[in-house]
Amino acid sequence: MDPVQDNPIGVPLTGAPLGADASDLGSLLKRASRGDNEAFAGIYDATAARVHGLVLRVVRDPAQSEEVTQEVFLEVWRQSSRYDAERGSALAWLMTIAHRKAVDRVRSAEAASRRDETYEQRNHTPDHDTTAEAAQASMEARRVRAALAHLTEVQREAIELAYFGGYTHTEVAALLDLPVGTAKTRIRDGLIRLRDTIGVGR
Amino acid sequence: MTDNKPTSGGDDVHALSGAYAVDALEPDERARFEAHLRQCADCRDEVDSLREAAAVLGADEVTPPAALRDRLLADIMAVRPLPPLPTEGPVAAPVEEAAPAPVVPLDSRRRGLSRVPLLVAAAAVLIAGVGGAILKPWADDQPGTQLTAAERVLAAEDAIRIDKHFPDGADAAVVVSRSEGRAVILTDDMAPAPEGKAYQLWLQTPAGELEPDRLMPDLRDATVLLDGDASRATGVGITVEPDGGSEQPTSDPIAFYSLDS
Repeated sequence: MDPVQDNPIGVPLTGAPLGADASDLGSLLKRASRGDNEAFAGIYDATAARVHGLVLRVVRDPAQSEEVTQEVFLEVWRQSSRYDAERGSALAWLMTIAHRKAVDRVRSAEAASRRDETYEQRNHTPDHDTTAEAAQASMEARRVRAALAHLTEVQREAIELAYFGGYTHTEVAALLDLPVGTAKTRIRDGLIRLRDTIGVGR
Repeated sequence: MTDNKPTSGGDDVHALSGAYAVDALEPDERARFEAHLRQCADCRDEVDSLREAAAVLGADEVTPPAALRDRLLADIMAVRPLPPLPTEGPVAAPVEEAAPAPVVPLDSRRRGLSRVPLLVAAAAVLIAGVGGAILKPWADDQPGTQLTAAERVLAAEDAIRIDKHFPDGADAAVVVSRSEGRAVILTDDMAPAPEGKAYQLWLQTPAGELEPDRLMPDLRDATVLLDGDASRATGVGITVEPDGGSEQPTSDPIAFYSLDS
């Protein structure tokens, strides 16, 4: 496909279902790995809103989220040759990197604040609803909400705390008053059901 | 965090796939599971498919500021994309054969093992083996015949090694490969950081800024692959930071390895 460098700044091409443009993203990644910055701009334009939406949801602080989103795309550029289409969609690969970076940020910030008196002086993080309001609803979001409705309450809570809250399964268990070791099962069962409901992966 | 462990790769290990796919494992569990992934094709497939499902969860779209795009497109010009990993066909030789004499860290670690409890030593091996896998969701999870990212750096033809000897007898060496774009630090008999502190690694950018990198594991003998891009880094530093690390160094480096050539 042609590069999308003419796409206006920051306007996402998506809203389309996950993987709809997967092969295009894959070929853009291949070109980016050869140093093609226009291909990279195409990747950014197609995915930045999704990536930033996730990062903002996890990190919450807008300024830090921008830093993390920037780190994510630098990593995507650097690692572009390492994407393997046989193992999943390009968008999932990107979102995996984004999630990892976002979780790393909240965990390291938390570790810092445990010992740091200045924590209270920092910008107070917006609460979840404020952040969510900034997010645009989309077809995809509705589809996900529908799929989440197929999960049990505890599966959904466990997945959301882990994925959006950035908590470890041990912390999720404590938050949900589950026995240690149970949350990881809930997370796995829920993800499997989600996968099978949405029909991604295998 | 240290109880409830199955003794080896039993069914419990497989059950970690979901938590792994959403980055919800404790660090030691993650190291253990990544070691398991190298040998378990079923778990690799499951993790791939669950990551696909998890990615769907992040459906909110928030367009970042336009300035971020401009900054990024400028920044990437200074970053070299990594070469592809070897995949099918000829497999790279094991590190012991590929790496000539100057790079001998893998054996030198053994000397320290008698000083640490067996379980800690086992954890050290796990952590050393998987240190680089974290940000490469798929590419590095491949079965045992592949070199780890750290091994590739150590085996790289252009690997440069800089040794530092500490007054207390500890040694810490940095090996950098510009072609791999990564750096590895190897410690030998390094005293633990003081209580409540950790050793943090930093990569110096060509602009002279120190970018935060990984924390050293709490081990006397360790092999750690730095996360950051070392293709153009001008130095590697080690500082003592409060537990959990810092965004900016809070003390002068206890060691600094200048990579200017």
